[in-house]
Amino acid sequence: MNQNRRGFVSAGGLFALMAAAGLISAEEAFAQQQAWNKNAFEAKTLEETVKALGGATAAQSGDISITVPDIAENGAVVPVGVTSKIPNTQNVYILVEKNPNSLAASFGIPAGTEANVATRIKMGQTSNVHAVVKADNKFYVVTKEVKVTLGGCGG
Amino acid sequence: MADPMRIRATEQPDGVDVRVLMSHEMETGQRRDSAGKVVPAHHITNVTVSHNGKPVLNAEWGPAVAKNPYLQFKFKGGKKGDKLTVTWVDNKGETRTDEATIS
Repeated sequence: MNQNRRGFVSAGGLFALMAAAGLISAEEAFAQQQAWNKNAFEAKTLEETVKALGGATAAQSGDISITVPDIAENGAVVPVGVTSKIPNTQNVYILVEKNPNSLAASFGIPAGTEANVATRIKMGQTSNVHAVVKADNKFYVVTKEVKVTLGGCGG
Repeated sequence: MADPMRIRATEQPDGVDVRVLMSHEMETGQRRDSAGKVVPAHHITNVTVSHNGKPVLNAEWGPAVAKNPYLQFKFKGGKKGDKLTVTWVDNKGETRTDEATIS
């Protein structure tokens, strides 16, 4: 932890201000280069997120299965698994309805990789969790509620 | 520099099962410290997993992924002894790459 890094950290905090003033920081340039979909990650609802990802609406589908606990004791660590049986699945997204920003994670699935990913996410409160799948440029969704006893955001 | 990732890749009849445990604080940018100041967001944004140089999974993550993130997936076409490379980049531009051999 040197002095340089300190400066860098506080510069990160000023990022929003700098962006508002029209300055492009190294951070933003980096994000663009890495193709991190900022709009999608800042969307608040399922509909907004799907729009930001380039779709119109998401249709309900029985070919996606989402593995989440019914009750999560600790909202800071909620295991989520998504499996899609829809052919040509290109992307898998995990959304939490009542988090400050819905989109938690996005996975790009190249050919040869199974549309079966698992990770752990944070949840602020009891909420619906959506698994959204993009296949052949169409969006599909399944939803399941997770009850959270102890929130994972804030504190 | 962040701690190394723990990567386990095992060959199974229906593909290679990959499990990765990264070491990262995944700060959301929503929390406040004891002085009431917002703790700046610091989270992994991109994760790439490559098998012999060919990408097998790309992930984009928001701050809602849990601390010390865990990732599991399966892909076909890998065999014992192949190299698997995992790279993450966070929103401050820090990055880490680790390699593992499929067993």
